[in-house]
Amino acid sequence: MVTSTGQTTNLVGLTRADYRGAPSTLCQGCGHNSIAAQITAACFEMNLIPEKVVKFSGIGCSSKSPTYFLGRSFSFNGLHGRMPSLALGAQFADRTLEAIGVSGDGDTASIGFGQFKHLVRRNLPLVYIIENNGVYGLTKGQFSATAEKGLQLKRQGTNPFLPVDLAMEALIANATFVARSFAGDPKQVKELIKAAIAHQGIAVIDIISPCVTFHNHENSFHSYSFGKTHEEQLHEISLVLAREEITVEDFERGTTKEVTMFDGSTVVLKKLESEYDPRDKIQALKKLQEAEDNNWLLTGLIFVDPEVPTLFDKYNIPETPMNRLPVEKLRPVRSTLDEINNAMF
Amino acid sequence: MQKEAMIENDFCITFSTVNGSGSATANITLMRALFRMGIPVSGKNIFPSNIQGQPTWFTLRLSKKGYLGRVKEDDIVVAMNPVTLAKDINALVPGGVMLIPDDLTCPQLRDDIVIYKMPVRKILKEANVTPAFRDYLANMVYVGVLASLLKIEIDQIKGALEYHFKGSQKAVESNFETVKLAFDWAEENLEKQDRYITSRMNGTEGYIMTDGNTAAALGAIYGGVQFISWYPITPATSLAETLHEYLPKLRVDPQTGKDTFAIVQSEDELAAIGMVIGAGWGGLRAMTSTSGPGLSLMTEYIGLAYYAEVPVVIWDVQRVGPSTGMPTRTSQGDLTMVNFMSHGDSQMLIIIPGTIQECFEFGWKAFDIAERFQTPVVVLSDLDFGMNQWMTKKFEYPDKPIDRGKVLWEDDLDKMLEQNNGIWGRYLDVDGDGIPYRTLPGNQHPRSGHFVRGTSHDEFANYSEDGDVWVHNFDRIKKKIELARESLPEPVKVMREGADIGIISSGSVDSALLEACDLLAEDGIKTDYLRIRGIPFSKDVWDFIYDHRLTYVVEMNRDGQLSQLLTMDFPDVAYKLRKVAYMDGLPLPAKWIKKQIQESEENLSW
Repeated sequence: MVTSTGQTTNLVGLTRADYRGAPSTLCQGCGHNSIAAQITAACFEMNLIPEKVVKFSGIGCSSKSPTYFLGRSFSFNGLHGRMPSLALGAQFADRTLEAIGVSGDGDTASIGFGQFKHLVRRNLPLVYIIENNGVYGLTKGQFSATAEKGLQLKRQGTNPFLPVDLAMEALIANATFVARSFAGDPKQVKELIKAAIAHQGIAVIDIISPCVTFHNHENSFHSYSFGKTHEEQLHEISLVLAREEITVEDFERGTTKEVTMFDGSTVVLKKLESEYDPRDKIQALKKLQEAEDNNWLLTGLIFVDPEVPTLFDKYNIPETPMNRLPVEKLRPVRSTLDEINNAMF
Repeated sequence: MQKEAMIENDFCITFSTVNGSGSATANITLMRALFRMGIPVSGKNIFPSNIQGQPTWFTLRLSKKGYLGRVKEDDIVVAMNPVTLAKDINALVPGGVMLIPDDLTCPQLRDDIVIYKMPVRKILKEANVTPAFRDYLANMVYVGVLASLLKIEIDQIKGALEYHFKGSQKAVESNFETVKLAFDWAEENLEKQDRYITSRMNGTEGYIMTDGNTAAALGAIYGGVQFISWYPITPATSLAETLHEYLPKLRVDPQTGKDTFAIVQSEDELAAIGMVIGAGWGGLRAMTSTSGPGLSLMTEYIGLAYYAEVPVVIWDVQRVGPSTGMPTRTSQGDLTMVNFMSHGDSQMLIIIPGTIQECFEFGWKAFDIAERFQTPVVVLSDLDFGMNQWMTKKFEYPDKPIDRGKVLWEDDLDKMLEQNNGIWGRYLDVDGDGIPYRTLPGNQHPRSGHFVRGTSHDEFANYSEDGDVWVHNFDRIKKKIELARESLPEPVKVMREGADIGIISSGSVDSALLEACDLLAEDGIKTDYLRIRGIPFSKDVWDFIYDHRLTYVVEMNRDGQLSQLLTMDFPDVAYKLRKVAYMDGLPLPAKWIKKQIQESEENLSW
């Protein structure tokens, strides 16, 4: 559809402009900006209503990102590493909202590692995007836990430790959706975010997002040049909404695999090489290990199980927002207290 | 021996046992039986941070005058633990009584006490108890012997057992059989040589028996709590567990069959408070319960809640710190830490219940205060309240409707925009009271959404590093906190005609203080007593200090933290304050408080 001013609208009658946030204050060329743009595009294409989206973040360059998309949505920028708990509590207030959390590698792999794993374990319906650059940007360039071994920094010297693989950590914590992408591959980033939105539980997307200021060394895992030359795509990915009439004709028969998401939409994976079934956790772990051994930046939808009940399915809470429960529903009637008094010996 | 006057309904029994031996059932049974006889009782459990095998004491006080504070001296000791015999015998007053199993050797250190030996093994053999339960039922022997010696009504003991073992008739029978055998043995074989006796009276009418954590949890349920996140920690754990137990009974919507609450046991206290702040921001009545170490972990997030203006309720059931300290002992040591919780300038709203009934009352009130002022409210309880059984006045149904504070839903925001020339900001002081209006996530009004953050922000929740913007917004927060002074629960005063000295205290010290004031009056020292229930202090507190020659501030910590806060807040009258602070992990006895004040007054009059 097109508006009178010639702008394209989506199924809910909104234009791309309705999904914009404030102008970015991050560095020129930062991978995070590209990701924010793809979140904006994905939300537009998924026909989300900005007022029905809630955004969360922790602390760091990545966590500034929610400012730069969906300016009309509610958002809470919490504490370093503590975005998961904040999101969990807030989402109980209105489970009908689509929740998007943006975190970084310092946030998720270090200070908030525990909260990350526990959130994944609980399967909170949250799109959990990690803008992973292997470095602490806001404090001007220190090693993060995802920095690769042997990396050199001027003041800290050489990193002696192996990096944390967040996709693997998510898998081991029983994440129901795990993907990895590269900020320099905007199409894949967008399609993965769309698939994550369609997923009903936790959706972890680890996006390698180069830091142009402190960490864009030629051979670094988290650099543009590395990503461009070492990206190993599992497949090309495309999300087809249930209500769209697009078929999978774009994809060559025999080389595609479809995963039906809980909301009825379909993730279409176009095979690039071997048979890969993203519903097979063991295969996913093997693939990640293989990528690590070969120094590949493996991207794509690594694992998904669309059927797993979410955190809210484990509770007997209403489908409607709990924050709109009228006060009459919150205070038991007087006679119940008389009964309690009588029962207290 | 019987020539001396009998001591009726006014003595203290200490049960010295090994933890994990099942003595708690026996002790609470006696306490309940006495309560049902109309005798005011209080019980203090002094227990180790351990599950099995360490010494533990339970002190049961009978007080016909209704004093519920701890007494340091024992009138009767039931000595079931051979390890602590020597210590226990020394705690007895002259003329006191020791009950001891006949197979324990009593160190004959004193000839001014009465010793009764109980044939515990013999009675258990008669009772035909299976060996697995023998240790547990050994405690029922002293219940029966005491019932005989003190004339405790045996029917009330049976009633207490029936209450305790709800529905399990077999457990009631096997326990009561042992009690009865021991009772009968004592009736036949013991010649009463001591002066202690109980008799039915009318001192518990309108009272119930419960603990502070149960009261707090129930209060929260009647306050409409919707979200709880918590992490296990002594002595706060039972508060959350009570919520788990009672919420499904009380807060299922009869129309939809759905819960109107959710509880999450978190991975740590950092997450517990994060979840609670998320939920509070989302518009749920949210709370957590913890103790000192947990609260230390929570402080960073609580600072954010203070600055981002998120209503949350935090119960701090205090124990002895710093560090792990004494996890199973009581204290009022978190006061100054809580008052200033967080880095930067901050001030929490604190409410302090002084009775178990108030634990219930503040349980619901805390939410109204938090949402009215859009800020964290910390309720300071302690282990003595939280984990000990108390007799308390019946819980009173809330006398005020739930107050959700300044919340704008779609229509409200429309009206607000209409009245204010299209202007609304999350942190805009519309009413001049420092309290802004908030919208909640899910509000579909296109102007409702905003970006909440712990970083500096302006009236419209936009990021700003402008110093003037910071000062303007931060001063407004101070303004609303100042406004809360007269909105928190007001001080409770007990005034005596002609008193010229004052006593200020708070929390669980109340029970001992009421008694201490009476003891002082008996010795000719008249005192007025003010119990603080809210911080920041109301002006009433300044008036009280101003109006008295001297005011003693009595509290259960080392440094006199309440006294410190009063000194800071009221420097012009601070010269009148005298610190009476002590903390060894046990509740302050009235006699100790009396002694401190009496000695101070005597020194002054020289």
